[in-house]
Amino acid sequence: MIASLLSADFPRSRILAVALLAVFAGLALAPFLFPGTRPLDVAAKVCVFILLVASYDLLLGYTGIVSFAHTMFFGIGGYGVAIALSRMEVGWGAIAVGTAAAVLLSLALSFLIGLFSLRVKAIFFAMITLAVASFFAILASQLSNVTGGEDGITFRVPELLRPAYRVLEQPLLGVTVGGRFVTYYLVFGASLVLFVALLRVVNSPFGRVLQAIRENEFRAEALGYRIVVYRTLANCLGALVATLAGVLYALWLRYTGPNTTLDFAIMIDILLMVVIGGMGTMYGAVIGATIFVVAQNYLQEAMKAVSGALKGVPVLPDLFHPDRWLLWFGVLFVLSVYYFPAGIVGQLRARAALKK
Amino acid sequence: MAENLLELSGVHTHIAQYHILQGVEFAVPRGELTMLLGRNGAGKTTTLRTILGLWRASAGTIRFESADITQRETPDIANLGIAYVPESMGIFAGLTVQENLVLAARNGAPAGERLERIFRFFPPIKTFWHLPAGLLSGGQKQMLAISRAIVEPRKLILIDEPTKGLAPAIINNLIEAFAELKQTDTTILMVEQNFHAARSLGDSVAVMDSGRIVHTGRMAELAANEALQTKLLGLSLETHQ
Repeated sequence: MIASLLSADFPRSRILAVALLAVFAGLALAPFLFPGTRPLDVAAKVCVFILLVASYDLLLGYTGIVSFAHTMFFGIGGYGVAIALSRMEVGWGAIAVGTAAAVLLSLALSFLIGLFSLRVKAIFFAMITLAVASFFAILASQLSNVTGGEDGITFRVPELLRPAYRVLEQPLLGVTVGGRFVTYYLVFGASLVLFVALLRVVNSPFGRVLQAIRENEFRAEALGYRIVVYRTLANCLGALVATLAGVLYALWLRYTGPNTTLDFAIMIDILLMVVIGGMGTMYGAVIGATIFVVAQNYLQEAMKAVSGALKGVPVLPDLFHPDRWLLWFGVLFVLSVYYFPAGIVGQLRARAALKK
Repeated sequence: MAENLLELSGVHTHIAQYHILQGVEFAVPRGELTMLLGRNGAGKTTTLRTILGLWRASAGTIRFESADITQRETPDIANLGIAYVPESMGIFAGLTVQENLVLAARNGAPAGERLERIFRFFPPIKTFWHLPAGLLSGGQKQMLAISRAIVEPRKLILIDEPTKGLAPAIINNLIEAFAELKQTDTTILMVEQNFHAARSLGDSVAVMDSGRIVHTGRMAELAANEALQTKLLGLSLETHQ
């Protein structure tokens, strides 16, 4: 049962298995374990980014495609559902229409980008995706009557997902079962299902061909595989999942704007999450996204505590002042790349394999 | 004389500004093992790569089963039933031995008699079935590359210097495997520098020099004629082991 769910792609390291179980349990029980608005916000963001990073890993880690247009597809999902819900009658129908339109646009764009540019060398493909993504970001900020410009779009969601809605009159184990609770589990459930689906894809014969292409295009061609077809399919699949992640994120935030989806800083974050977690592993997305998002949200507070505890000691309180959090964030990355050159998952697996 | 499976006529190939193949002309008879010999830089590897479409022929025609395949795409040519074992062993280092073979088996996962035969030819393939192929030794990688070419019935296998850099014991092992493979009526075009291997395996031979075919005939005739060897290859093949 578990083997078939994971497509027989096991963590292959005890430490990794424990870490993955901890993340799964933490996310599955987040409303009960971490009550409060902010922790649930972080948990939902972790879910969405695991999915987004996993879909990027399909491109970068499994197929060897360096694309900078991933946040564009993420944004298309967010804007699709935001525009539909703000212009149509609020309801599940609008979400379906917005999602369908976004998915179609993403598929068409990724297909075109793939077909025209996957034949060229990796660096040129990266440049083309960068250009298209920048163009799209400018378009979103300029077409303010449709996209809300720099302000983005705040929209209403169906009643079941509204914070004020109550599913149960009485709290369940001390937790209010309302619109936020339902939305969180919608985000968690959809992310989980799509992640498992991606795991299935990379472990299928199709996934093996993608890895063969990443390793050596000519050899894959000499075996009879049309690499442009496979790369284009991978590009479309990655775009599809990123779009759905964008839809989920927008539904959680009830807002879509350039800063939450299209910003180039998010693209860099995704890249870092893949690299820190471990490229070409899928589980790297889980570890990378969790560490990154949690650190992004809680490092400042941890530093505040440390700075307070060191009061009276010279220099150190200033060094750990919460304002310096970005500095320590950077130090964390340098250290993780130094000690985990194959990513955390890659390194843990290599260690476990050596022990055998 | 057997009917020809592959025919090259007047094939020219340019790589950048270099004119490598300058009118290559020879045929590979069906069911035979044809040896392609020649000095380093004569154009042997380029000939194999041109047949598979990895380099595009700038002139001439390549016919496979009488059909012109000169301008076809590489995957199409491969799917006609042509396998290629490149000199660099051409394995996917990050994938396991099993995954490497599964990739090459286009009609479902390898199983049954063919897989048993691979295990019999090359026992390390079975031993290291789940190991990433990059961790295999040089000889084992070569065994995997050849296994990949024979995991399914192919009409033609192109093999580039299979014994290069391998220990004599492993070379003998490979020669035995090829000898058994020949019994299955597979047509093979092999580039080889090791004359011991070339003489014991080859049915027919084509010798290249400076991008042209300078001799074609039976391997046995060339092996018996030392003067011809010296003339064609610049040294006696007997000393070239």
